[in-house]
Order: sequence, then C-alpha cells, then structure tokens
Amino acid sequence: MKLNNREYKGFREGLTVQDVIRENSFTWPKLVVKLNRKVIWPEEYENTVIEETDDLEVIHLLGGG
Amino acid sequence: MIHICNVPRYQAPSAEELAEMRKHHVLLRSFDYERTPIMRGYTDKILTIDVGEKSAEIADIPAEVKEKFVGGKGYCLRYLWDAVNPQTRWDSPENEIVMSPGPIAGITQYGGTGKTLICTISPLTDIPIDSNVGGFFGPYLKFAGFDALEIKGKSEKDVIVVIDATKGTISFEEAPLEHFDAHVLCEELTALYADDENDKKNIAVAAAGSGADHANIGMLNFSFYDPRRGVTRLKQAGRGGIGRVFRNKKIKALVCKIDGVKANLNNAYDFGLINKTGLKFHREVANNDTKQNDMRGVGTAYSLRTLADYDIVPTHNFKFGDAPGIDEMTAAVFKSDWLTQGAADGCWYGCSMACAKASDHFLLKTGPYKGQRVCVDGPEYESAAGLGPSCGIYNPQEVLEINFYCDTYGLDTISYGTMTAFLMECYERGILNKERTGGLDLTWGNAADDLEMMHQIARGEGFGLIAGLGIHKQKEYFAKMGWGDINEMNDFGMEQKGLEYSEYSAKESLAQQGGYGLTNKGPQHDEAWLIFMDQVNNQIPTFEDKAEALYFYPMFRTWFGLMGLCKLPWNDIVPADNALTDDPKMVPEHVENYLNLYYAMTGNKLDVDGMIRQSERVYNFQRIFNIRMGKGLRANDAIPYRSAGPVFEDEYLWREERYDTQLVELAGYTEEQVKNMSLQERMAATRKYREAQYQTLIDAVYPKRGWTLGGVPTVEHLKELGMDLPELLEVVEPLLAEEGA
Repeated sequence: MKLNNREYKGFREGLTVQDVIRENSFTWPKLVVKLNRKVIWPEEYENTVIEETDDLEVIHLLGGG
Repeated sequence: MIHICNVPRYQAPSAEELAEMRKHHVLLRSFDYERTPIMRGYTDKILTIDVGEKSAEIADIPAEVKEKFVGGKGYCLRYLWDAVNPQTRWDSPENEIVMSPGPIAGITQYGGTGKTLICTISPLTDIPIDSNVGGFFGPYLKFAGFDALEIKGKSEKDVIVVIDATKGTISFEEAPLEHFDAHVLCEELTALYADDENDKKNIAVAAAGSGADHANIGMLNFSFYDPRRGVTRLKQAGRGGIGRVFRNKKIKALVCKIDGVKANLNNAYDFGLINKTGLKFHREVANNDTKQNDMRGVGTAYSLRTLADYDIVPTHNFKFGDAPGIDEMTAAVFKSDWLTQGAADGCWYGCSMACAKASDHFLLKTGPYKGQRVCVDGPEYESAAGLGPSCGIYNPQEVLEINFYCDTYGLDTISYGTMTAFLMECYERGILNKERTGGLDLTWGNAADDLEMMHQIARGEGFGLIAGLGIHKQKEYFAKMGWGDINEMNDFGMEQKGLEYSEYSAKESLAQQGGYGLTNKGPQHDEAWLIFMDQVNNQIPTFEDKAEALYFYPMFRTWFGLMGLCKLPWNDIVPADNALTDDPKMVPEHVENYLNLYYAMTGNKLDVDGMIRQSERVYNFQRIFNIRMGKGLRANDAIPYRSAGPVFEDEYLWREERYDTQLVELAGYTEEQVKNMSLQERMAATRKYREAQYQTLIDAVYPKRGWTLGGVPTVEHLKELGMDLPELLEVVEPLLAEEGA
C-alpha cells in the first residue's frame, strides 16, 4: 500500500483510513483524502478498509500566509 | 472565553490633551489639489512628496508603466528603480519609500481586499524590500486620488504629512507633543484629524515607533479604526526595515483623511459581478470556517499545534522543530483565554474572514506602559512562533506582551523573534555573556530580559543598539570583536541576503529551502510556501516537480501583491467540494473568483497564464534590480546550513534515527557503513548530501525561471515577457557575456 507516493510500512489486514490518519497524527481539519483517486469523505474514514495494493493520498491543505 | 459584548470601550485621549497638541501644531507648507476620480480601479496618478523640500507633485502614471507593472508592488519597484542608483543605501536621501494599493484594493465586497505594497532600499539587505500591509492607509490613499505615493528626501525635524481628500490639501506639519509609539500616536492623530467620533473611521495613519529610530528591523504600522471597541488598531508592513527608513527621513506619521467608504468607489467595470463573487465567498466562510481553519476564531495562529507535529515550528533558533511546550500556547488556549470572539475583526472593510484577532484590555507588566491596559493585535502565527518557541518562550501572556511592544515600537515581530533566538543561541554558546550584553541574561525562555532588550532598542541604549542591527551585522560585529567564529555563526544565524528568516523550519523540505533561498527579497515565505506540499503531502517528489513549483507559486503569489489582495482568503478557506476538483491545492474556484474580480474591476479578461505573465514581468524586474544593487546572483541565493540540516551534535541526535535512515535511503550509504561511522562522520555526510541537493535544486529552478545557471535572466526570456527594457539589458548583458550565455 502507498501513502502519499511512499510505501506505507504500517500496512496490515483490516487497516482503515481512520487508522492511517490516527497513526500518523494527521490532525489537520482540512484534509483531502483519496483512495485510488476516489475522494473519501470524513464520515467514511472509519469504514473504509485499505487493500495492500491501494494508493492512499492524504493531502493537507495548509495556506501559509 | 471573552466575547466582544463584554469588552468595554477604550478610553480616547482627553479633549484637553488633544487641544494642547493641536495648539502646538505648526503648518509648514500646504498644497491644494484636485482629486482624480477612480476609474476601473485606477486613478493613474502618483503623488510624490519630498519631506526635505516640503514639496508635493502629482504626475500621470504612463500607460506603458500601467501595462507592464500593473499596480501595487509593480508600481513600487518601477518608481523606486527610477529614484535610486547602485550606490544608494537605505539612508541616502534619494532612497524612497513607495507604496501602492493595486487596482482591486479598496473594494468591500470580497475578503482580503485592503492590502498595500511598500518598497524601499532595505537597511538589512541593501536591495529592494517589499512588504504588504492591511489597514486603511492604502485604500484611503487611492480614494484620495492616488494609485501610488512616492516619498523622498529627508526632513531636518520630525514632520507629519497630511493628505486631506475632504479639503483637497496636502500639508506638512510639525506635531511636537504627540507620542512616538504607534499605539498612542495613531490614536492621537486619529482623534485630532477626525471631525467627531463618527469621523474617526475616515482617518488612516501610517507610523513607525520609537524602536524604528534605532533598529534596522524597524517596520511601519498602518492604522484601522475599530468603532466597536473605540480604539485605533494596527497592521504592519513588517519586513525589511521600512520603518527605519521612514524614521530616518524624520517622518513622524502620514495621515490620510477621506469623506467615507462607499460601495463602489473604485468605479468597477462590472460591479454586479464583484457583488456576486463576494456573496459566494462570504457564504463559504460562514458555512465552512469553523469546520476548517477557524480563522474567525483564532486568526493565523491556528496552525501552531499541527506544525509542531511535523517539526516545522522553529524551536530554539530553528535548532529543533517540535516546540515541546506548545500545548501551553495552542490556538485553543489563545481562543479560550486571550482573544476576543465575535468581533468583526477584518483589517479592511468587508473581510468576513476576520483574522485580525485582538486581546482586549491586556495588562502590560513591563516597559513605559507598565500597568496600562491595551489592545494587542494578534498574535499571528509568525509572531507567535518567532517570539515564542524559537526563543524558548511558551507563556501566552509573555508572547502577547512582546508582540505588543514590537508593534508599538515599530519593530518587525518576525525579524525580532528570529534575531532574539540567534542572540540566545550565541549566549548559550558563550559568544555572548552578561558582560557583553550589559547584564542581560539571554537564556532560552527568559522573556523578562528579552523584553528589557527591546525596551533598550526603543530607548536607543545599551545592548539594544547591537540587537537593532539585525543578525547579518551582528555576526560581523561579534566576529570583529573576537567573540565568535564567523563560519559557525553563518551556519546557525538564520538570515539570508541580510533578512531574518520567517518562522518555518525547512530542514525536511528541500522545496521550502528553495522557497526561502530563491526569493527576491530574502527568506520570507510569502513567495513560496511549499513545506506541506513537499514534506508531508509528497506532491512534488522530483527536482523537476520542485522546480515547477518554485517557478509557478512565486509568480502566482506575486499577483496578489500587484492587485492589493491578501493571500489568506485564497486557501485558508476552501469550498466544501474543493476535494472533488482536479487540483484541490490550487483551490480552483477561488482562482476563478480572482479572475472574475480582475475582469469586473478593469474590464479586461485574464486567465491563469495571464496572471503569471503579469507577475513574471515584475518578478524578473525585481531580480535585475537586486543585481543592479549588488546582489541577486547565485552566490546570494546560498542559505545558512541550519535551514537545510543539523549544524550541531545535539541537533543531529534529536532526530538521529531520521538522519541515519536518510543516509541509507537517500544518500547511498549502506546500513553497515552508517553503523560504523562516528557522529561527526554521519553529520558531515548528511551535510554533504543536503548541500548538494540544494545546488541541484538551483540547477533545476533557474532555467525554469528563464535564468542562467548563474541566476541572471536571459535576454530571450526578457524579450518573451516584453521586458527587454534598455535599463534592464544594461544590467544583465555584461553578466550574460561573462557567463557565455
């Protein structure tokens, strides 16, 4: 599984989007999450299970003044 | 939590005090003028004042200047170029302060539309600095009939310049009894020039502060009157020492008076489209801000906690990045205990983002205003991070007090924070001690002595005079005195081109190292803030990707400075369905909004390529301006090593596993080799790798920008931009010949 174009070392069976966000301390409120290029909305994080061949993008939208 | 309903009004200066001040005013000279109405965002007039001669002239802005330089920063740089020569320094009489609000500035229907750009030859860098500022002065200047203001000469005595659009006069006056510190001076001048309480909102003041008399890091405040609180508040053109130049010209303040802000003073081409675009934006803020950045609740300091999670908050002079005490001063703490909620905190009318937060009736514990209760604007992220964790300070009260005194003394919070952190590290390393600081104990976290140092700057005494030099000149001074090694200080003194770094630790983002190092004015993030896109999102992994970003974003962001726009409403709030767009990081709907605003204002259609082209002309002009002034080549884009990697052993050991892993995964060493290397060997290998990466990045970026590998814009590129102006070719052609380009 890939997270933001890098191999994700923490992959395991049953891993969800919410797990990845928690394990990586992605606390930012303005995240854009895409699994295999499909947008995953916040209410879907908990129930979206990731497969070993999946490509997950968790993009932080931060402004920077 | 403090709500605006419970905030008592501030006390205005007494009528007796004001009468006494007014009695002592001396009118030196006055001119009548006819106000030029604004048409489609422009008056096409520039006002030039000479504070030495006490003269004022109004001239047309030629169509060619308008076409190539657009407004805002473009106008500032064009007129500054014409005023100075390669020998001009910040305190030369011919050095000018030029300010221009840009064609969209002054509308009240969209967020962030009150910005003014200011340029001068900087006392820190000896090249042009550009700094943007909110508040009333820029838009009021335009409403008074001027797209730009050019200030030249030096006055012998302190002078104020009053542009009164209600009477059609420009006057030079002495105002000897008013205070020098900005929070008092702006309050006094607002009250003095307003016809009555209701008229205070029609007065704009620009003023520095007593610190700017003595410090190269002096900045310029722009006031905005807050009728709900009954107080004159301040926004800052912080970077690069503009306030120092202002005070060196003996300008005490600029005042601009108008007869009211109305909906369409800019005479837009399609006012209905501006309204429509603004309504869409305001709805978005109302619906999404609390779920996104909460700009209305805490302002830009919202990001402190998250940035600390990624080792980005400068900690102990950028040595570390995790700000271990950050929980004591997170956005939540500021919101619950310090910042007033529910106020219309825009620094210009109509900004629903309202991020100009304030701490009301804040009790000062030190300095000349000790015991008084004041309105403290901010802190913004930069101020909080630089004055706080970078100096080892995590107490919100102390951060707010330092922030307040920086503002009223006219000192840039970013430069002051980064500079103080440098001095604290010098103190830690024995380069400084109590004997050398005149008794100041500059230990990490010692806010009391930090404040005392700032009060010394304002009084122009003791170690404050050395502090006021800024890091670049401090390094030279410490080396000359035999206190420290210049090479070592160059590694950890966080300045480049003479300007102090703004507050992001870029060690883990090569693109951000370039975002700082490959700027025109010096390391300020407003050109290219790529740190999350690179370090966390990994969206620009290759040199080609990074180079493209370091071409596109500086140009895209420059455009805001041509127009008089704030960048924050671009991407600190996004439409709810932004994630579904092709390129969420660009916030395509907002880019469309800006193109609509430009068309609606000027009647001219523009696309993204056109935006970039407008910026690119000005950007390359500024690069060549730097070269003309003696900087602006590849050697000047070098960065202090701390911006790229760990300088000292404890710095490496703090993230030893990360650095060791990178030696294997990125730098080509085997695990066995790394295991057998000493700490010093691993540090040297890390440095060699990272410094080479930065050079490779430059090799990729310069050609993308149309520059040679030496950093000089090529003639072909200038021709393509329509910028093959004789004065530019005169600068670049000899260098291109030397390079064989």
